[in-house]
Amino acid sequence: MTMPYYVAPEQVMKDRAEYAQKGIARGRSLIATTYDSGILIVADNPSRSLHKISEIYDRIAFAGVGKYNEFDQLRVSGIRHADTKGYAYSREDVDARSLANLYAQYLGQVFTHEMKPLEVEILVAELGNGLYPPQLYHIAYEGTITDEDRYAVLGGETESIAERLEEQWAEGWSLPDALRAAVGALAGPDRTLAGQDLEVALLAQGNGRRAFRRVVDGELETLLG
Amino acid sequence: MTLPLFSTTEDPGPDFSGLIRRLQVPVHPTVASAAGTVPTGGAGGHEFRHGTTVVALRFADGIVMAGDRRATEGHVIAHRAMEKVFPADRYSAVAIAGAAGPAVEMVRLFQTQLEHYEKVEGVVLSLEGKANQLGQMVREHLPMAMQGLAVVPLFAGYDLGRGTGRIFTYDVTGGHYEETEHNATGSGGRDARTTIKLGYRVGMVRNDAVELAIQALYEAADEDSATGGPDLIRGIYPLVATVTAEGFDFVSEDDVADRFAALIERRRAEGGQP
Repeated sequence: MTMPYYVAPEQVMKDRAEYAQKGIARGRSLIATTYDSGILIVADNPSRSLHKISEIYDRIAFAGVGKYNEFDQLRVSGIRHADTKGYAYSREDVDARSLANLYAQYLGQVFTHEMKPLEVEILVAELGNGLYPPQLYHIAYEGTITDEDRYAVLGGETESIAERLEEQWAEGWSLPDALRAAVGALAGPDRTLAGQDLEVALLAQGNGRRAFRRVVDGELETLLG
Repeated sequence: MTLPLFSTTEDPGPDFSGLIRRLQVPVHPTVASAAGTVPTGGAGGHEFRHGTTVVALRFADGIVMAGDRRATEGHVIAHRAMEKVFPADRYSAVAIAGAAGPAVEMVRLFQTQLEHYEKVEGVVLSLEGKANQLGQMVREHLPMAMQGLAVVPLFAGYDLGRGTGRIFTYDVTGGHYEETEHNATGSGGRDARTTIKLGYRVGMVRNDAVELAIQALYEAADEDSATGGPDLIRGIYPLVATVTAEGFDFVSEDDVADRFAALIERRRAEGGQP
């Protein structure tokens, strides 16, 4: 009888983490930042139909990077969770924090118990109201959750992108300023990104009950200047 | 609560009622559609709350939908400010007549269903698709309708593909029929329909269509005890909404109040004879 090789748990976790990180780093990045009247999410995504950013609920948006089928499954389950909760209780009882926790638990569970970790990094953004500030929950492939109130960068090369964004970031900046800075930070010094390379969406105050809105075509070109 | 994840073979897709059935969320028997216990209706001696007259008509740019505010339990007025006209989504409206409890619940489910589909699929259902969805909900409700808790909705919206307003009526079996120009349902529906029929012209403008809807509700309230007229003392007026290429919009309460005041003034000047 042959004995299975012993592999140290540290090594197992390290290998899984490396595997997930590689998968995520291969994809393009995404930035979410607050601005004077909401939250702006910008993704480096040339596709018009395979979205990285989408609506979850009245004031909650979702964004994912990494493997499309994996984060899309998470997106749909988030919509299901929110709609079910809103239907069973009331619309105001749906909040991003509990959804972010569910995502974190699930990602953590898959990371430790399944053969293959999910190669995704996701963001749950919630528009603030009079009582709460806007929230950006950043959830990593292994279930680590961090909440940001200024900006979040997901995907590969996050450090250099965050550095470029940090240089320009200003409290309560306007939408055009925030968008131009985010696009500049995503592109880096060697590239330029035009309207057709970007997916842009907002959670905007004063947009009615459903705060989520995509920024496309003419409006996007105008904002990019 | 855990994250609702399904295996690929069990996935309910963009269907919200299928989803809550799988998650076993306790909902109204409409959704559960269990053959088991449903309360017995009026026959058992207990009166349920009922909503009454709602109307819809087409005009040049879309549709007008209106409903009175009265809910009755038998011969008693149960509620004076009930809302029977709702936005179903941005480009459609739904109005209800019949047993108030299940009707309002059906609207809530229908609204969630349309939004859920839109978010999961990333596209909006066609107007015809929305009308079919509502038909399925009415059909699932049939066992309760047979026991005296009928819900008969009226659905109308702006068809962005065809560039026109469209109206759909339902019966208790979930059968739905597209109306060419106008319709009304509920206990005062017959009187409202007659009024609309006499004043209707194809391609009328918004102002005239709103006026006609208001007149129809006035006549219905005049003839039918279960339909509420304008409540001048409490300032409660029927709800009137329009759906056009710009989307769903309620006609402001002040506007509705002014129109009723003018209508009453005209009637008084004519010596109270309609």
